[in-house]
Amino acid sequence: MIEVTGITKRYGDTLAVDDLSFEVKPGQITGFLGPNGSGKSTTMRMIMGLDNPDAGQATINGKAYGGLGWPLREVGGLLEAKAIHPGRSALNHLWALAQTNDIPRSRVDEVLEVVGLTSVARKRVGTFSLGMGQRLGIAAALLGDPSVLLFDEPINGLDPEGIRWVRNLLKGLGKEGRTVFVSSHLMSEMALTADHLVVIGRGRLIAEMPVSEFIAQSSQQFVRVRTNQPNELREALQSTEATVVEEEDGALSVSDLSAEEVGDIALIRQIVIHELSPQLASLEEAFMELTHDSVDYRGESGLSADTDFENKNGRLTPAGK
Amino acid sequence: MTLITSTIPAPAGPHYRPAGVLRSEWTKIRSVRSTTWTLVATIGITIGIGVLATSTEASRWTHASLADRLTFDPTSLSLAGLLFGQLAIGILGVLVISAEYGTGTIRASLAAIPNRPLFLAAKAAVFTAVALIVGEIVSFGAFFIGQSILGGSAPHAMLGQAGVLRAVAGGGLYLAVLGLFALGLASIIRHTAGAISAFVGVLLIFPLITQALPSSIRDVIGKFEPATIGNAMTSVNTHLQGGAIPAFSPWVGLAVLCGYAAAVLGIGGWLMVRRDA
Ligand SMILES: Nc1ncnc2c1ncn2[C@@H]1O[C@H](COP(=O)(O)OP(=O)(O)OP(=O)(O)O)[C@@H](O)[C@H]1O
Ligand SMILES: [Mg+2]
Repeated sequence: MIEVTGITKRYGDTLAVDDLSFEVKPGQITGFLGPNGSGKSTTMRMIMGLDNPDAGQATINGKAYGGLGWPLREVGGLLEAKAIHPGRSALNHLWALAQTNDIPRSRVDEVLEVVGLTSVARKRVGTFSLGMGQRLGIAAALLGDPSVLLFDEPINGLDPEGIRWVRNLLKGLGKEGRTVFVSSHLMSEMALTADHLVVIGRGRLIAEMPVSEFIAQSSQQFVRVRTNQPNELREALQSTEATVVEEEDGALSVSDLSAEEVGDIALIRQIVIHELSPQLASLEEAFMELTHDSVDYRGESGLSADTDFENKNGRLTPAGK
Repeated sequence: MTLITSTIPAPAGPHYRPAGVLRSEWTKIRSVRSTTWTLVATIGITIGIGVLATSTEASRWTHASLADRLTFDPTSLSLAGLLFGQLAIGILGVLVISAEYGTGTIRASLAAIPNRPLFLAAKAAVFTAVALIVGEIVSFGAFFIGQSILGGSAPHAMLGQAGVLRAVAGGGLYLAVLGLFALGLASIIRHTAGAISAFVGVLLIFPLITQALPSSIRDVIGKFEPATIGNAMTSVNTHLQGGAIPAFSPWVGLAVLCGYAAAVLGIGGWLMVRRDA
């Protein structure tokens, strides 16, 4: 359980985090979303007791980070990609951390095994790829078998295989009842992994809700239908005042009607349909919509939401949600 | 995929302990190459310069003036390299802290040990132990090698003579405390290049500036310079040595040096608690 209450952080003239409050509950994955520079990393550093907040506080299982008896056994954090001495081996890096919290050497070998770095354990970290560095950071987070885990952009630098591995790992950790808090600036990624969302923009809380609610609420639903009589079907659908848009591949996108209604209308008109599927608008689009105001509020012309999020035109159907 | 369900044994006691932090710092200092390099450099420079100085003196002893012969301190001469070796050990002292900041490991370290003064103290303790052991080895090594070089043609010292053991052991102490001072500077400055510059500035450039001052001021300030203190600590004939600059007695000098180290470490620790990691 992580509780953040009215936390505020200022760097010179930059208000990085502005009176932010939220909770991260155990047994689920909470996604921490926000555009670049919205204060996600800063918030995570304050939770981990690394940066001092100017106001407010963060507690972990009811205690401030500095008050934890065995910090690594209670909290694991992956904060920066490859922030590890390049001259030290992966093994020695983990062993030095383990020793501070009386974690046995066998556990170091175990987490190296979990992240798949056993064969390079004795190599200098400087020779590691970004993805290997990221895995080592995850190993460090898991070292003390903590009940609370924070991951700042854990999929950074990972290949598709690595991304899937992190997803499964996060889900596994959540299922074990741990508190998992993971930041990302990709809504699509969070839709696949997270159960709950904390969305911030310019250091302020924008939304805190279950992922399913976010999808239901902010995604525009529409129905995709394909036929070899598009003009007839379009005419029939438009007569019900539905909005119909022809897509590049010739399929029709129908808003304001359910898939059942579209199917019924096609049957009545005896139009053969080849595909009929309910769709969600891109979650990235919905997310941009949500954070749009906070991005505008910056008044920084160079930083538009468009450049911040990948995959913005990709439409996707959230799997398993 | 393997998951991390295995449990690790519960810790003894309610809180992480200094012993674990010390062990961790020992693992850290012995697991990077820069430690080896700086220690090898400390040994090589100190002994190398000692060899050079003593062999030069040995070869020209027969031509030396009476004044030179009267003030000749074979112990001090064989330890002359310490004033250069201190730069190498100082770099290690700096790196022990600055490498953590430079690479970002500091965040992992402080997440494991939120008690920052304890973290800094453990680092300082482990470094001091390493520097003291290496410092004494280097000091005694330079002494014995230097004396054997002087032995044939010039007067040489033996450990049993008055003040010699104190001067040779003092050489190791001097190295360790100076290294600790460098570590303290790094805890304030946090950047490798900046901290090394500050350390070198204090040791080499500061004396050059004071040289330019009128002698009344120079005599007062000069006493507090690490090089002056080091010179006195590693000399047997302290009252004869140089004579140009008055110096603290060896033990008072050591106390002053320890005061410097304590001051920078204290400021560093105070800042560390207040600053963001
Ligand atoms: N140490 C620092 N000193 C000065 N400014 C900082 C510091 N850390 C963060 N900032 C500023 O605070 C703001 C929030 O940064 P932060 O890194 O927390 O954002 P973020 O949400 O993690 O962004 P990203 O998605 O790019 O990782 C930014 O304007 C950033 O420039
Ligand atoms: Mg960030």
